[in-house]
Amino acid sequence: MGKSERLYAKSHEWLLDLGDGTFAVGISDHAQSELGDLVFVNLPEVGDQAVAGEPIADVESVKAVSDIYSPATGTVVAINELLLDTPEALNENALENYLFKLSDVTERSELMDLAAYEQYVKEEA
Amino acid sequence: MKLIFEKSVPGRRLSLLPDCDVPVCKLPESLRRTTPIGLPEMSENELSRHYSALERRSFGVNNGFYPLGSCTMKYNPRINDEMSALPGFADIHPLQPVHTVQGALEALALAEQLLCEITGMDHMTFQPAAGAHGELTGILLIKRYHAERGDTERTEIIVPDSAHGTNPATVSMTGMTAVSIESGPDGRVDLDKLKAVVGPKTAGLMLTNPNTLGLFEKDILEITDIIHKAGGLVYYDGANLNAIMGIARPGDMGFDCVHLNLHKTFSTPHGGGGPGSGPVGCKDFLAPYLPRPVVEKEGEGYTLDYERPLSIGRIKTFYGNFAIVLRALTYVLTLGREGIKEASTQAVLNANYMRKKLSECYDIAYDYTCMHEFVMTLSGLKKEKGITAADIAKALIDRGIHPPTMYFPLIVPEALMIEPVETESKETMDEAIEALLDIYKVACADPESLHAAPLTTPVGRVDETAAARHPKLRYEG
Repeated sequence: MGKSERLYAKSHEWLLDLGDGTFAVGISDHAQSELGDLVFVNLPEVGDQAVAGEPIADVESVKAVSDIYSPATGTVVAINELLLDTPEALNENALENYLFKLSDVTERSELMDLAAYEQYVKEEA
Repeated sequence: MKLIFEKSVPGRRLSLLPDCDVPVCKLPESLRRTTPIGLPEMSENELSRHYSALERRSFGVNNGFYPLGSCTMKYNPRINDEMSALPGFADIHPLQPVHTVQGALEALALAEQLLCEITGMDHMTFQPAAGAHGELTGILLIKRYHAERGDTERTEIIVPDSAHGTNPATVSMTGMTAVSIESGPDGRVDLDKLKAVVGPKTAGLMLTNPNTLGLFEKDILEITDIIHKAGGLVYYDGANLNAIMGIARPGDMGFDCVHLNLHKTFSTPHGGGGPGSGPVGCKDFLAPYLPRPVVEKEGEGYTLDYERPLSIGRIKTFYGNFAIVLRALTYVLTLGREGIKEASTQAVLNANYMRKKLSECYDIAYDYTCMHEFVMTLSGLKKEKGITAADIAKALIDRGIHPPTMYFPLIVPEALMIEPVETESKETMDEAIEALLDIYKVACADPESLHAAPLTTPVGRVDETAAARHPKLRYEG
């Protein structure tokens, strides 16, 4: 999975087309870095309906609890159970560790490619 | 330091409890416990030393400067304790007949009258035990108001993204949905964003004014008007009332109900020293829904009115934390009309003094003239030197100063929120300013040295991440 294939939302989630009709959703490396050490990840359940731009999960760091907004509308078909016990995996590699997978994606949020996202992060700072 | 259970020696006794002066009544066999109760056994001398040792290891307002933003850690005058300890208040029982506790009821009625005057409300309940409990009570009043009108589609409460976390949590607790709105570029409520989310589902808005950035919501009249025109009500989170007492009233700004934190704004013990008190005031039209009973004037005296068919019910046993209300009442009566106002103006002056002095080195988030508190952002220092808000906060401990609030409000990265309060002298603030400016220099010159702070405390830098990931929630002897 190449880094450049991911599309990013302004709220710092990424969406990756896995090519088999499903999409993986995760958070950006910038997001994990800003959040700091994660201590808890609250994931949706398989079968839940995700709506683009709406909160679907949350992550808790030592500092705060933050909502994760779904970058697309679809059905949750898998969750990354590894994160439930080892939230630190997100700090170690936010791109390889997806949060959940979606199928039947009908709508997407406004998403950016990596270059545009990096520019956005730069401007936001 | 050993826990009190580890200091226990079997058979050791002390005699702090008086002799029993009522007939001894044994519980039925089936209700008695069959295993030892496991209380520590020690002498009075050892017990006294244990608690003195604990006291030395803690830090409170009596130990030094405590600029914990959004918490209003002001001095608690001793006279408050003296008044609440008067036998006529301290030696009564909440189940005594009302004609034997007229003085206590009069004190509650007077506290209600004075705090309603300060907030611009018409009625008040003292049942809620603290701020978040008050929020729950207030939002339940709003929910009941809509329900009584058959307006059952109103399920959304709007909350700015700078709000105290308890606001959206309260909304969830009442079964409603919190709708977050992004703050404007000036850190205040963005009127266009507010207008975009109000509608037929709007039950209300929760707002603290000044907000958590210490900024006064100058569009407050328009904000409350937008909500009212949409059919919602407006709730005032009283956490920041210390900035405006005697100067501006939530009731005049268009708020329909408020909670106060007597343990913050009205100088009663706070932070481990509680208990708290979070009374809720409301306008006349919400009064029928207040928790019962309420104190009512009856002839020459007072009574407790339980005949409140529309009441949301009880929120807490009896009438709340009564002795805390007495402390707050003492405070209000001691300061008087002018003193209350002076407390707020001094609190605002102190905050601006520190903000201005610290802005020499530190970046102030939303750097406008502030109210009672302000927020600094350490994100520049984090990028350049790897020094976080937590590092600065921990370094302050080594200089005898309690850390400011960290990482709040959430809209400011690497936030440190400073609220000096009115009871601190210029000398104390100057020392704190000097300490913070000096820490900044250290952060630039030798950032590594700050990562280990604090070094002078019984417990050094705690591993907060490990504590959160693998919490040990009970003592295992």
